[in-house]
Amino acid sequence: MPKTLYDKIWDRHVIRRFEDGTCLIYIDRHLVHEVTSPQAFEGLALTHRPLWRPESIMATADHNVPTTPYTGTIKDEESRLQIETLEENCTTHNLLYYPPQTREQGIVHIIGPEQGFTLPGITLVCGDSHTSTHGAFGALAFGIGTSDIEQVFATQTLTMAQSKNMRVWVDGALPQGITAKDVILHIIAQIGIAGGTGHVIEYAGPVIAALSMEERMAICNMSIEAGARAGMVAPDETTFAYLKDKPMAPKGSVWAAARADWQQLHSDEGAKFDREIRINATDIAPHVTWGTNPEMGGAVTGHVPDPAQVGDAVQRASMERAIAYMGLTPGMRLCDIPIDQVFIGSCTNGRLDDLRAAAKVLKGRTIAKNIKRAIVVPGSGIVKEAAEKEGIDRIFRDAGFEWREPGCSMCLAMNPDRLEPGERCASTSNRNFEGRQGREGRTHLMSPAMAAAAAIAGHIADVRDFARGT
Amino acid sequence: MQKVTTITGTSAFLPIANIDTDMIIPKQYLKTIKRSGLGQHLFAEMRYDAQGNPKPDFILNQKPQASILLAGENFGCGSSREHAPWSLYDFGIRAVIAPDFADIFYNNSIKNGLLPIRLPMDAVQALSEQSQPITIDLAAQKVICGNMSFEFTIEPNHKNTLLNGMDAIAHVLQYKDDIRTFEQNYLNAHPWLVMKDGKNG
Repeated sequence: MPKTLYDKIWDRHVIRRFEDGTCLIYIDRHLVHEVTSPQAFEGLALTHRPLWRPESIMATADHNVPTTPYTGTIKDEESRLQIETLEENCTTHNLLYYPPQTREQGIVHIIGPEQGFTLPGITLVCGDSHTSTHGAFGALAFGIGTSDIEQVFATQTLTMAQSKNMRVWVDGALPQGITAKDVILHIIAQIGIAGGTGHVIEYAGPVIAALSMEERMAICNMSIEAGARAGMVAPDETTFAYLKDKPMAPKGSVWAAARADWQQLHSDEGAKFDREIRINATDIAPHVTWGTNPEMGGAVTGHVPDPAQVGDAVQRASMERAIAYMGLTPGMRLCDIPIDQVFIGSCTNGRLDDLRAAAKVLKGRTIAKNIKRAIVVPGSGIVKEAAEKEGIDRIFRDAGFEWREPGCSMCLAMNPDRLEPGERCASTSNRNFEGRQGREGRTHLMSPAMAAAAAIAGHIADVRDFARGT
Repeated sequence: MQKVTTITGTSAFLPIANIDTDMIIPKQYLKTIKRSGLGQHLFAEMRYDAQGNPKPDFILNQKPQASILLAGENFGCGSSREHAPWSLYDFGIRAVIAPDFADIFYNNSIKNGLLPIRLPMDAVQALSEQSQPITIDLAAQKVICGNMSFEFTIEPNHKNTLLNGMDAIAHVLQYKDDIRTFEQNYLNAHPWLVMKDGKNG
């Protein structure tokens, strides 16, 4: 029977099928960070259980780390304790750990692929919902809670039911000025933030096939914003070219064997999907959110919607609440929304290609006077180093941006980078929930190029108006 | 984990769809290295003003004794933070009744003995209009309030976990030998996945 990519990877990892329909699934690799792991390590200690496979773990500190130049210590006591606790746990269990200020440190979802730790066909988990990022390599990767982290620590398994299959097929070719971020925000606006609940999404079609690995990661990253725990793309030549020679990727004859195996990892002709969505690339415009969840957005050329036009009472109430929280007026042009802060970074858009795209718009220009702060936070030490080698840091600094150290930063504002009440941010992150970037802060999600355009204009702007040489 | 059989208590209604994990427990409270004591921060930014004073119009300030939370669709969307069910449980909430839940939150709740119950919005609405206590009978899969009774569905494995207060890890470790055998065969078939000291091969 023809199988989907997801079903193939699932079947490879089934250790045991239980009568109640759940399966015991083998977990290949585990990324660990400081926020969701301490209680799981504590649980192991309390029950005197050893780690099943310590070498399957890669750990780093990312959520809490300050992004200002390192002063030798972290001022926030709770953040410091959390990072020290991770360091102690990694020492106790002899785990691979990248401490802050090392070249390999960065956001978990950026450093896994960079090191070749993320590979096609594997199951990969992390106590973070954006673990879906790694599905870009044709891995089954999803976020788990702390109880499940402890189970993977102790057993290398999870007990779960198989998800349904959804395929999002993107036809055509991306128009000028449209990026992967616009594609995924458009998809989420189409299917809704719960549209993928209970499903694993496979992204396919000519547009996806033409994307770079970094772009595929941006798309898979936000699968969870459509409710899907995992998103994936079948591995192909783009995937293999990215992985070859990565530090932990297989080498020599083992590489050849791995590659031959990975070429089997695709949905078979005629495989059945529980749900199929077709998107036409020509319908996608530079996308920006106006509301308080990722589905509340649209083309930058559009307007803030009018709740009075919405029939469903629950939807109307939620739209009214969002518009009030965001301090907007129904019917106003999205391009008229002024911006206070700009954030370029995160596990969605903190990679080299993202910084290049923003720098291309910023080159020779400066940020508007009303912008109180604009920061760019590279996703890892390796991204930062590569960007500096290309002189991208200079372009950002000359434009008026602060060039920071790697971390999660203002995507969730656990470190000191955050919005003041009422401030409005053009942000390349993944969530625009109430309070996400700081109490009463207002987040507009967009691509790196769009965030750069907003920084120059001082308000939300259409990046196509900033195109060069036209 | 404590066994969950029946839950009886008063309810509080948050008539909002897509209540996300950032609303349930804002990130500044994720800096703890403990599971306990998070109830005071539950819904912090909706519950307290910027000075930290309770907002009188917030439902859990009006009904601090509530043990059943009623809410709109897609409850618990967003992050994987288990601090969300920890904070609900620590506050005293034992069940959340909503039309549907985000996958990771649902799973995290079961692991902590917090019962997530899916009922259609009109049933949630009807329950919210009652002043009597609500009783949830997990074995019978029923929500009872006055003369109203609603059946709910729950996956058999989740029901068993809750009814027996099962230690998931101890349960899985019964299959230790199966895992070892699987692992050896699997790594033999996929030699590029063998890792030593965090480095390949």
